[in-house]
Amino acid sequence: MRDDDDPNPKDPEAKPDVSGVSRRDFLKISGLSITLPLVGEPKMAMAAGQQVVVHGPGKVPMEFSINGRRLKADLEPRVTLLDALRDQFELTGAKRVCDRGECGTCTVLLDNKPVYSCSVLAIEAQRKAITTVESLMQDGKLHPVQQAFVDNDASQCGFCTPGFIVACKAFLDRHPHPTPEDIRHGLSGNLCRCGTYNGIRKAIAQVAQKGA
Amino acid sequence: MRPFEYVSPSSRAQAVSLLGTAWGNTEILAGGTDLLALMKDDVVAPKRLINIKEIKDLRGVSLSAQGLRVGALTTLGDLADDANVKKNYPVLAEALIEAASPQIRNLATLGGNLCQRPRCWYFRNGLGLLPKDETGRELVAAGENRYHAILGNDGPAKFVSPSTVVPVLIAYGAMVRIEGPKGKRELPLEKFFVIPRTDSEREHDLRPNEVITEVLVPPATGVKAAHYEIRQREAFDWPLALAAVALKMSGSKVQTARVVLGYVAPVPWPSPEAEQTLQGQPVNEESAQKAAEAALQHATPLSSNGYKVQLARVALKRAILKAAHRGAA
Ligand SMILES: Cc1cc2nc3c(=O)[nH]c(=O)nc-3n(C[C@H](O)[C@H](O)[C@H](O)COP(=O)(O)OP(=O)(O)OC[C@H]3O[C@@H](n4cnc5c(N)ncnc54)[C@H](O)[C@@H]3O)c2cc1C
Ligand code: FES
Repeated sequence: MRDDDDPNPKDPEAKPDVSGVSRRDFLKISGLSITLPLVGEPKMAMAAGQQVVVHGPGKVPMEFSINGRRLKADLEPRVTLLDALRDQFELTGAKRVCDRGECGTCTVLLDNKPVYSCSVLAIEAQRKAITTVESLMQDGKLHPVQQAFVDNDASQCGFCTPGFIVACKAFLDRHPHPTPEDIRHGLSGNLCRCGTYNGIRKAIAQVAQKGA
Repeated sequence: MRPFEYVSPSSRAQAVSLLGTAWGNTEILAGGTDLLALMKDDVVAPKRLINIKEIKDLRGVSLSAQGLRVGALTTLGDLADDANVKKNYPVLAEALIEAASPQIRNLATLGGNLCQRPRCWYFRNGLGLLPKDETGRELVAAGENRYHAILGNDGPAKFVSPSTVVPVLIAYGAMVRIEGPKGKRELPLEKFFVIPRTDSEREHDLRPNEVITEVLVPPATGVKAAHYEIRQREAFDWPLALAAVALKMSGSKVQTARVVLGYVAPVPWPSPEAEQTLQGQPVNEESAQKAAEAALQHATPLSSNGYKVQLARVALKRAILKAAHRGAA
């Protein structure tokens, strides 16, 4: 048995010091931090003759580009992008409803494409441009899609609205002059339980006419 | 979700060597749209995720005289938008844009689509792929089986194969390429899917340390294809039955037909019976109806899914008529 594994070390030097940690314990703790690295000291694994980094299961330093800003956080690999946005960066526009890709309230843009942030790990979203609903309003002025939602009464309880707005913006960027069929199909990834779909369709028509 | 380690290999060889030799400890992470949901529900609990998205040569779509090559990491959205796919394999493009939702199609990869796990609610609730109670009684046969299999269900597997894209690929004659510790292998896509007999097996022929690298689709010049899905809801949902058909015509008669049903069996379900019925016949209401009846003649519905037999017949009949009425690619 290796010395650090011994649960009852009979070491004459193992006297508690004032902090309650013996010199021996201290050495053991610092020894442990070499075998089980804390944040910033990734483990390596051999793969086909090369070393690859193993992240986690503990916290990993991560860096994101969110709404044009560089933001950092130490997160476990299991944290989803949605939870990172909401819990670390106070960006609570994207909402957590189903947490499994079946409602659309968590929609954000990843490299300009709409995705469900509940279905992406934060660690995978590094080095990608993340855009959330918070960035749409510029200089105190609502984005045309946001303004069109207001003008057309396109929300009721409002919970699905941020996800819908991001999805509508992405949709209109791709289909500036959509047909009703395009709208039905292109916005099929968001649900509204209040049933504001009619208002949302009108909002899209307004933006399509005026241009975003 | 339980804690796990996360590794991003940069080559196929690295990925293969990082994968375990038994299912369970490691899982490949592609788009994550299925895997992460299963992990949140603790249906699978890998200790290590092998993120394959940094492997550059698993990407890309290209067309040559041999047909279409689709890298396993191609997203359903990119594949649906590909000009060559739209022009040469229009039914594949249609099936892709009917799958899931725009946000999922922007993440979901074709390799992941092939390997997505069944939607069976017993499986998704952690009761296993072949769920039984302590007395060995099969839960699906005795329980809620309205969305389960009506064909190929004589063994313990009663779930239905979940991809709506795969039946179309099989109808077009697609092959799948796989890489593992022993090198590369290639097999017809329909052979990739297997009906598991024991809990240690999966729904496909993949070994735990193999990676799907690409899907190859032969040229479809002169092929008249179609698919028909019957869904309760158009988005966010899975069909009740679907059919994919590819016809090669000789004048007004069918020279050869490829018929694949979906959502009826634990595997995508090719129907040689329907194919033979169509061969040498003109396509009309009557021949389409006969083929549909032949395809379902051996159906063995469970206690609450008899309705699916008729839905599958209708889907197939409509797919055959639709294929005949559209121009060849
Ligand atoms: C609301 C909703 C609706 C949906 N509707 C449809 C639909 O209509 N039609 C349809 O076909 N699908 C549908 N899906 C399923 C969706 O298409 C799949 O989740 C997706 O294709 C999986 O791909 P992925 O890249 O996200 O895979 P992941 O979630 O990353 O992986 C899925 C599985 O495949 C394995 N895997 C991934 N890539 C490889 C590879 N290259 N080699 C070996 N193994 C691999 C993983 O280990 C995992 O077991 C729907 C999903 C949702 C959430
Ligand atoms: S919370 Fe992500 S789709 Fe519902």
